[in-house]
Amino acid sequence: MKPLEWCFKKSIWVYHVNAGSCNGCDIEILDALTPYYDVERFGIRLVHTPRHADALLVTGPVTRQVRERLVRLYESTPDPKLVIAVGACATGGGIWHNTYATLGGLENVLPVNIYIPGCPPRPEAILYGVAQALGLVPGVVAKQEFAESLSAEV
Amino acid sequence: MNIIDLSMAVVYTLIFPGFLFTAVIGLLLTWVDRKVTAVIQSRIGPPWFQPFADIGKLLSKKMILPRGAHTLAFVFAPFLSIIGATMAALIIFQALFFPGRGYVGDLIVLVYLSALPAIALIIGGAASRSPFGAIGASREMSMVLAYEVAFLTGILTIIIKTNSIQFSSILAYQASHGAIAGTLSGLLALVVFLFSLQAKLGFLPFDISEAETELIGGPLAEYSGAGLALFKISRSMMFFFMPVLTVLVFFGPVHATLLSILGFILKLLLVLVVLIVIKITHARLRLDQALSLFWYRVSVIGLAAIILAFFGL
Repeated sequence: MKPLEWCFKKSIWVYHVNAGSCNGCDIEILDALTPYYDVERFGIRLVHTPRHADALLVTGPVTRQVRERLVRLYESTPDPKLVIAVGACATGGGIWHNTYATLGGLENVLPVNIYIPGCPPRPEAILYGVAQALGLVPGVVAKQEFAESLSAEV
Repeated sequence: MNIIDLSMAVVYTLIFPGFLFTAVIGLLLTWVDRKVTAVIQSRIGPPWFQPFADIGKLLSKKMILPRGAHTLAFVFAPFLSIIGATMAALIIFQALFFPGRGYVGDLIVLVYLSALPAIALIIGGAASRSPFGAIGASREMSMVLAYEVAFLTGILTIIIKTNSIQFSSILAYQASHGAIAGTLSGLLALVVFLFSLQAKLGFLPFDISEAETELIGGPLAEYSGAGLALFKISRSMMFFFMPVLTVLVFFGPVHATLLSILGFILKLLLVLVVLIVIKITHARLRLDQALSLFWYRVSVIGLAAIILAFFGL
């Protein structure tokens, strides 16, 4: 492993984006950041601006209102970056998978690196998902390449 | 100046005791800070290499220039910060390691150089064309005017007591007359010094310009990648050399004996732990509260220290 790759895996700063979520997943993300789980021992930190972020933790089914902001947030994040879909809604739209007001999941807007399903996912599941995205633990699902290009016209 | 002198000067500035030495120890002390914070919050905390991994990752990332930002000032500010920190560290560590190499007035130069990182933060924030950066820069400007006054009263007390503006003669004075912190005016000046140190390092309760919860990092909000890394490195360098400065000017010089070196390290850790414990047990002050604290209370204590020093107390 190259040194810089190692640094990236040991230090991941996450930015939390609410894309029309019901707050359930957001509460669980905050739960994962409490001293009880102490994610700082893995080098994970919550940052408050996308410029400092390495990973976007996106919750919610992506409403039409939030799509433009989400793409701007993605573009404001410096490369290399990870996009992590947290919760059933971000994974596939959840119960909003075919409504008029949402885009039915994060994969329709941004290239997603890993999905963490659950309504809401437990904090352990979120940590496990982030660790899988970083390659710290072996994945449970076969890896798929995202072929579609980013639709960035905003 | 021949080629050997030149290469020695380069090694001196970049490796020991300049940039590399200060940065590595400073980053390790940043880990001490995070570990102590974690232990007090009953967590485990990050491993010792965490600050190095953070810096390596930031350096490997892309640096985004925000649209509409003043490119020259935005890119130049992190370098200004790190140059100021390196030069200030050089002055302090040359007094520590090579006592013969100082010059008259290096304490005054140090006061100016240690203000450079804050000025770089103001330039970078104002150049970033972000409202958060602009607000952060203006708050930082107000804070500089407040805590530099207090810092100067502390320095002035030392100058009056030792009757010298040279680092090495301040240390020599303490070797013959005892530590400055042992006198009444020196003790008051130490308190003032610790207050302004807390603000200079941008620690709670004085992290008003960065204010992560309301200004998302203030002047640093638009910095990514290498620019952010340079600001972080210069901040951790200051976290090393400012406590060293405090220990040197208030508790006296270090001699080349094991006991003296151990004592120096203990005093350094004591100053660091005081700073860290104040940081994690206090909430952020509002700007007006911090300004009135510095102008009406801390600076007044500093003035009292100066007056006492005039009377030789």
